Amino acid sequence: MPPHGHLLSVITFLPLLGVVALLCLRAEDRTWMRRIALATALADLVISLLLLPGFHMADSGYQFRETFSWITAPPIFYNIGVDGISLFLILLTTFLTPLAILCSWVSITERVREFFIMMLVLEVGLIGVFASLDLFLFFFFWEVMLIPMYFLIGIWGHGRKIYAAVKFILYTMLGSILMLVAIIWLYNVTHSFELPDILAALQSGTVQVPMKTEMLMFGAFFLAFAIKVPLFPLHTWLPDAHTEAPTAGSVILAGVMLKLGTYGMLRFCLPLFPEASHRLAPLIATLAIIGIVYGALVAMVQTNMKRLIAYTSVSHLGFVVLGIFAFSSISIQGAIFQMLSHGVSTGGLFLAAGMLYDRRHTYEIKEYGGLATPLPNLMSFFLFICLSSLALPMLNGFVGEFLILVGVFEQHVAWAAWATSGAVLSATYLLWMYQRVALGEVTVERNNELADATPREKTILVVVSVAILFMGVASPLFTRRMQPATENLLHQMDRPHSSGPVLAARPAAARSGDRAVLANVPAAALERAPIVPR
Amino acid sequence: MTPLMQIPYEQLDNAYRLAPEIVLCASGILIMLIDPFTSAPRKRLMGWLGFVGMLGALAALGVSSRHAGAAYSGLVMVDGFSLFMHAIVIVVGALVMLGSFHYLDEERVQRGEYYALILFAVTGMCILSGANELVTAFLGLEMSSIATYILAGFRRTALKSNEASLKYFLLGSFATAFFLYGIAMVYGATGQTGIPAIAGVLASASPSPLLVLGVGMIFVGLGFKVVIAPFQIYAPDVYEGAPTPVAGLLASAPKAATFALLLRVFYTSFSTVGPLWFWAVWIAAVLSMVVGNFAALTQTNVKRMLAYSSIAHAGYIMVAFAALTAVGMAAALFYLAAYALMKLGAFLVVTELGGTGEKRLEIKDYAGLGTQQPVLAACFALFLLSLLGLPLTGGFVGKFYAFQAGLDSRLVWLVVIAALNTIVGAYYYLQVIVVMYFREPQTEFPAQRTGGPLRVALMACAIGVIYLGVFPSRVMHYAYASAQALLSR
Repeated sequence: MPPHGHLLSVITFLPLLGVVALLCLRAEDRTWMRRIALATALADLVISLLLLPGFHMADSGYQFRETFSWITAPPIFYNIGVDGISLFLILLTTFLTPLAILCSWVSITERVREFFIMMLVLEVGLIGVFASLDLFLFFFFWEVMLIPMYFLIGIWGHGRKIYAAVKFILYTMLGSILMLVAIIWLYNVTHSFELPDILAALQSGTVQVPMKTEMLMFGAFFLAFAIKVPLFPLHTWLPDAHTEAPTAGSVILAGVMLKLGTYGMLRFCLPLFPEASHRLAPLIATLAIIGIVYGALVAMVQTNMKRLIAYTSVSHLGFVVLGIFAFSSISIQGAIFQMLSHGVSTGGLFLAAGMLYDRRHTYEIKEYGGLATPLPNLMSFFLFICLSSLALPMLNGFVGEFLILVGVFEQHVAWAAWATSGAVLSATYLLWMYQRVALGEVTVERNNELADATPREKTILVVVSVAILFMGVASPLFTRRMQPATENLLHQMDRPHSSGPVLAARPAAARSGDRAVLANVPAAALERAPIVPR
Repeated sequence: MTPLMQIPYEQLDNAYRLAPEIVLCASGILIMLIDPFTSAPRKRLMGWLGFVGMLGALAALGVSSRHAGAAYSGLVMVDGFSLFMHAIVIVVGALVMLGSFHYLDEERVQRGEYYALILFAVTGMCILSGANELVTAFLGLEMSSIATYILAGFRRTALKSNEASLKYFLLGSFATAFFLYGIAMVYGATGQTGIPAIAGVLASASPSPLLVLGVGMIFVGLGFKVVIAPFQIYAPDVYEGAPTPVAGLLASAPKAATFALLLRVFYTSFSTVGPLWFWAVWIAAVLSMVVGNFAALTQTNVKRMLAYSSIAHAGYIMVAFAALTAVGMAAALFYLAAYALMKLGAFLVVTELGGTGEKRLEIKDYAGLGTQQPVLAACFALFLLSLLGLPLTGGFVGKFYAFQAGLDSRLVWLVVIAALNTIVGAYYYLQVIVVMYFREPQTEFPAQRTGGPLRVALMACAIGVIYLGVFPSRVMHYAYASAQALLSR
């Protein structure tokens, strides 16, 4: 028995207890269903916070490991663990789920039981994906999680919900089924599904993968993740899914699910296929930059608030991908931090938009206007969240974007220059949206009668705002824990034994260049931004 | 001095080895004998008798497994492989019986011979899966086919059922004729009909044109029965017209038994002439997947949709087949087990929902099922997701093994085509779920019409599908061990 017991398993599967409890209730006990769902999610949050004191900061490997044999033909293990990358993503999941449940308190009136069951099952799937260290187990959770989200959009969504749900699931499956093929292929080469074992085998050179094979496998993994992120031009499912999903679905979708893509790139694409990653980095970075600028420009012209927020995700996640494929420790830490802060901020934006929807049942911006007068509290929080999303210093969005840009700048000045334009544009579209929604005279008569935030809504908004501020000023608490894992990741990308004709001179040089730059970065970053940890 | 009377140990062993077939056949005959003396309201008793016969056959399987080996001078073989297939077809037969009781009452065709025919069909399939000699295999094939021709037309007053029966009979006869011709030609080329014996001859001889023709005809004949493209034309019409529980039987058990023979013959007898037929398997796999999935996309009738999906699934099994290794054979065995359960389960749900006269068979009729009949809808969703290949279900693990076997033999493109096909499949399976859960009900579903037997059968299928999806190790180990034993002989 490991010293920490089965903490990680408990966190992963605790929501299932809530599911069982929900199934035991009578159909008319709706209030109790809500309470039980919330209590389960809160309990999971509290237990997941126990990961923090037990987490060894200096340890770059996986912690809270649990390994059991699950299937013996072929050998598949229930193998879970966290490192500095997945730790916070699990916390993000347990943080956002109670909020998503709370925001559905009154807006979900039909099939209440099923709704909360789906939310809790979704939480299990999401935490499972972040915790899995076995490729089969990872794929298992990755697919299982699709079903609840499919139902959330399809049953409780609005408008063209069925179209959106089917589009969402087919897009995702298209990517993931090819990833399954690649996972099996990798197994046939390395004879293991365990990520640590595969990495060790690849790194020590006991298993050599020809360049062409590596490129194909990288492509299969990357396609699955790129669809999830979503990376331009694979993003077309996202606006539909976001717009038609219920608020809670959008919060989880934007807050956590999109990060699965970028997490997968970090966890699998980079360490498993370093050569392919290096070779394709320019192409991927170009797509990421197009995504940043294109997402921002398209967001600007949206008339539907939720669609607008959805496109901001395309833009913000472009930053994350760019940070990852700059292969510098700073930019990757920035990318992870940006994943977290995007989860909180965009989750917050969707929560606030959902509150407006609960009042007026529309997301059209032209239906609103001058709301700051009738809804002063709600609108101030909304502004605060917008500011965090557009990366105002002191708030969480700034830290991630800044670290990414610093890291990318050290490697490729041109990439950073292009990406910066996205930062400027994000201020434009968010502030413009805020102006149209909140400022000026009340344009639609009936908006005068709207009631301001209820205590429940204030609780949600205060929690989000505190998280935003906390992440903005106390970022070293996060990055300090990420740093060993990111440096370990870059180390895993080294393939000392695989030198041969397939190894072009450039990537090798670039990697030694990385090392050199890495040595310099801390000092440089420290000078420019005191909040950066070191 | 020898004793006056010798106990015929050898004969006894033979009987042990054929115990399941004997029990099945005896129960069938018993039902035929008792049937005339039972009054109309008590016909259901015949069904229970048949069910007990099936359970007896399962028990007899235990007996025959303790006497593994060749029976009747090598005509029939009891080995891990045949036991595995026996288990699949007998379980399917038992569950079909449970699923038929209420259906036959509703359709007013509650008759003893229905159950007897199922028993005979299952007997034929058992012989098929244990046959170690081609003419014996032909007997098994005919026995199961003729019984199923009649079963397909069992709703005598329904035009569609008659059409199904006639179509199945005409095309099925062609197929068996092809098979028989093939046997004759292979015999001509090798002078043998025993499956291992043919392998022995071919190991030293170069393939003659006669043999090529024979192998091709056997492939065509069996291809008809397992419903792979381009021999799939009849399947949708037959499955649509046949009584729904019978369609469930047709889609799962004969397919499993015929695949057993296909695997045994091609992996052992014709293994040395692999290059002759490898590409035929490859092409049939691709065609089946593409034709099955794309045709299923446009179906509005649930039974037709399931029929096309079964063609697609035959294609996935052919992917494992094309691997030509013990891993591939084991994957095909596992896939067949999972497939039989999920397909039968799906057809049993359709049986339950169809109503008297099979009125509700359009997919749109299922609107709102999720709220009105949550348990049935959840079962159907489970089977559909398993057919789709989502984790937690046997269908996923089956696909996983099939893909693994394919990749293991470096059939990368075939596996990629199969993978992309599952996405096409996802669309139409999910479409049914969309209708059940996302659309408002159009017709009122009557409150639970049936109880007992059908629900038990449904639960058994559901539990089996989940068991194979979560704990596949035992079944897979067994499949792999029997595949290896067969191939190393």
